[in-house]
Amino acid sequence: MAVIEKKHEMPTQAPEVRAHNFDEVALGYTEEMAVAEAQRCLHCKHMPCVSGCPVNIAIPDFIERIKQRDFEGAYGIITESSSLPAVCGRVCPQESQCESKCVMGIKFEPVGIGRLERFVADWHNRNATEPPVRPVSNGHRVAVVGSGPSGLTCAGDLAKKGYDVTVFEALHTAGGVLVYGIPEFRLPKAIVAKEVETLKALGVTVETNVVIGKTLTVDELFDMGYEAVFIGSGAGLPNFMGIPGESLKGVYSANEFLTRSNLMKAYRENATTPIMKGGRVAVVGGGNVAMDAARTALRLGAECVYIVYRRSMEELPARKEEVEHAREEGIDFRILCNPVEILGYQNPDDPRDPKNGFVTGIRCIRMELGEPDDKGRRRPIPVEGSDFVLDVDTVIMSIGTSPNPLIKNTTAGLEVNARGGIVVNEEGLTSRTAVYAGGDAVTGAATVISAMGAGKVAAKAIDETLKG
Amino acid sequence: MYRILRKKSLNSTVTQMEIEAPLVARKAKPGQFIILRVDEEGERIPLTVAGCNPTEGTVKIIFQVVGATTEALNHKNEGESISDFVGPLGTPTHTDGIRKVCIVGGGVGCAIAMPVAEAFYQLGAEVTAITGFRNRELVILEEEFRACSHRMVLMTDDGSYGRHGNVTAPLKEMLESGEYFDQIIAIGPLIMMKFVVETARPYGVPVTVSMNPIMIDGTGMCGGCRLTLHRDGKAVTRFACVDGPDFDGYEIDFDEAMSRGKMYGDFERHAHEATCNLFRGV
Repeated sequence: MAVIEKKHEMPTQAPEVRAHNFDEVALGYTEEMAVAEAQRCLHCKHMPCVSGCPVNIAIPDFIERIKQRDFEGAYGIITESSSLPAVCGRVCPQESQCESKCVMGIKFEPVGIGRLERFVADWHNRNATEPPVRPVSNGHRVAVVGSGPSGLTCAGDLAKKGYDVTVFEALHTAGGVLVYGIPEFRLPKAIVAKEVETLKALGVTVETNVVIGKTLTVDELFDMGYEAVFIGSGAGLPNFMGIPGESLKGVYSANEFLTRSNLMKAYRENATTPIMKGGRVAVVGGGNVAMDAARTALRLGAECVYIVYRRSMEELPARKEEVEHAREEGIDFRILCNPVEILGYQNPDDPRDPKNGFVTGIRCIRMELGEPDDKGRRRPIPVEGSDFVLDVDTVIMSIGTSPNPLIKNTTAGLEVNARGGIVVNEEGLTSRTAVYAGGDAVTGAATVISAMGAGKVAAKAIDETLKG
Repeated sequence: MYRILRKKSLNSTVTQMEIEAPLVARKAKPGQFIILRVDEEGERIPLTVAGCNPTEGTVKIIFQVVGATTEALNHKNEGESISDFVGPLGTPTHTDGIRKVCIVGGGVGCAIAMPVAEAFYQLGAEVTAITGFRNRELVILEEEFRACSHRMVLMTDDGSYGRHGNVTAPLKEMLESGEYFDQIIAIGPLIMMKFVVETARPYGVPVTVSMNPIMIDGTGMCGGCRLTLHRDGKAVTRFACVDGPDFDGYEIDFDEAMSRGKMYGDFERHAHEATCNLFRGV
């Protein structure tokens, strides 16, 4: 049989159409496409792809089931390792993980593992009729702080083993960054809700509107009878650049902009939460969050959206597919540029002019790449005298986040590093007995799947300790 | 869901509610705030706690009907519920070592100033209360303030009740006469707090102000509530939700805070009108 050199393309909404709606961009494989793509898998004995997966899904095995058209069987194999398959199939950076290790990828394109995972999860969600079986309780109680990817994974793994797990969420909806951060067009909220419902069916309790560190403390959770606590509270506080003009009206952190649109549904007609729509928009940063913010601004009706990034396209940290989608949709990449000041309107004759204090532009300086830094990334250096102004109405700062101090400040003996990240050992255990942590609360801003990996590691350690 | 146990109208635009939220009631201290949503599609709004009853498990909120969400909230009756109520957020008002305090409340800000005055009164501090309102009809919590202060001055802008003028007039007289306070605490409209700071400045009396900027999550995640503080000649950014809502009045950039507060002015006016029309059945 002739080798099919390229991945089967996944159908997507046409760029000119999707740039004006919030429906999902990628439409997913049909059964025929999935089976055909699965045929490309060589089922290597040493399974290098599995080692590239932070939660070690038995990838060749689930692909084998797809070849046999046993889609539910494939789902069973994935869920042995992952509690959120429909999410990971959509948001994992497969090109730097499982697919980067694929033997097919040496000469050709790797197998589309992410697309197949997504297909299997969606097939299950559409066709499965049997609710998951709720395991027999083992009588142990565990509290999970935060309902993002690390918390949900930890909760799911423990629930499957019979633990009584309660997840405490600060916001009014479960899902963490999956609902407030990642936009509908990349991860439909109905999918997140479905994954949360699956966990509830396994016996997980979700308590929304509880801020650990405020409403309850970690110590009180132990007083309430929980025997272990997993902290997956996320990265928290948005960073700003510290340049003039960042408090002008029209300057957002990406967190705020995305939360208004995603969690609070400001993109809908008649939404109760406002957001600045239309006009010209500059997004500062080059990660996945920056891409999400830029593409959200476009869909909200912006006439032009810039990505302002201080390094080159090579160094863009965003997932490749998102960068490609953004470019297809018409996002204007201004690379090797760094903002130095945000400019605002001020009517010299009228201090009551309603336009006063709104953004009018962003002054940037051109950059060139110098020697590699200690992480091997070439350091951007400003080119003196190369300032220029982009006329914009909205600026969205997407330059990372710092860990939220609420839990640290209210939990005696919880060690954090210089950046505020919670210090853990290889099992996810913190400096406090029976307190575990994982995800962005530990690492600072990273990926959904690495947070899930951390939730998984901690769940295993909690199980071993409590059963021990 | 969070049930409204009691509802009372304090004046034509200000309503008091006691809401069942046992976890919040157990923890909330004066100066802290909560965030609520009226219904599933609602926006999140912060309101400072106006008191709580840990035994009963209720939290008191007092709000002025100024926009779509407060309008919708005001249409809820006793026995009905709101969908979300989270807190207590922010840091409590600092009370340690303060023996002589002047609490200045303006308008609906008095709802927050009152429990602060009460806390100081119970701690044995000497409490002076100055409250200000636009007119007689809008006066709230007069008796409550009298009960938790050693001296009280009530001002109205138009002179229809109490003394004629705004809150800075009696404050200035007291300071001019040589009176000293360990702390002045001003809670009310931004412009009032700004002028309380200016009144106190020549006398070097510390002023704490309670900031209430636009917020979403209330836990530090969105950064929408950021304020600029001028500290030691440098501008620093702080988040009202986690670093406040109380701040040193001398450091706050009030002009910027007033400007940022108007970011969605047009949107809010339209949304309020639409909500009013909805309730009127237009």
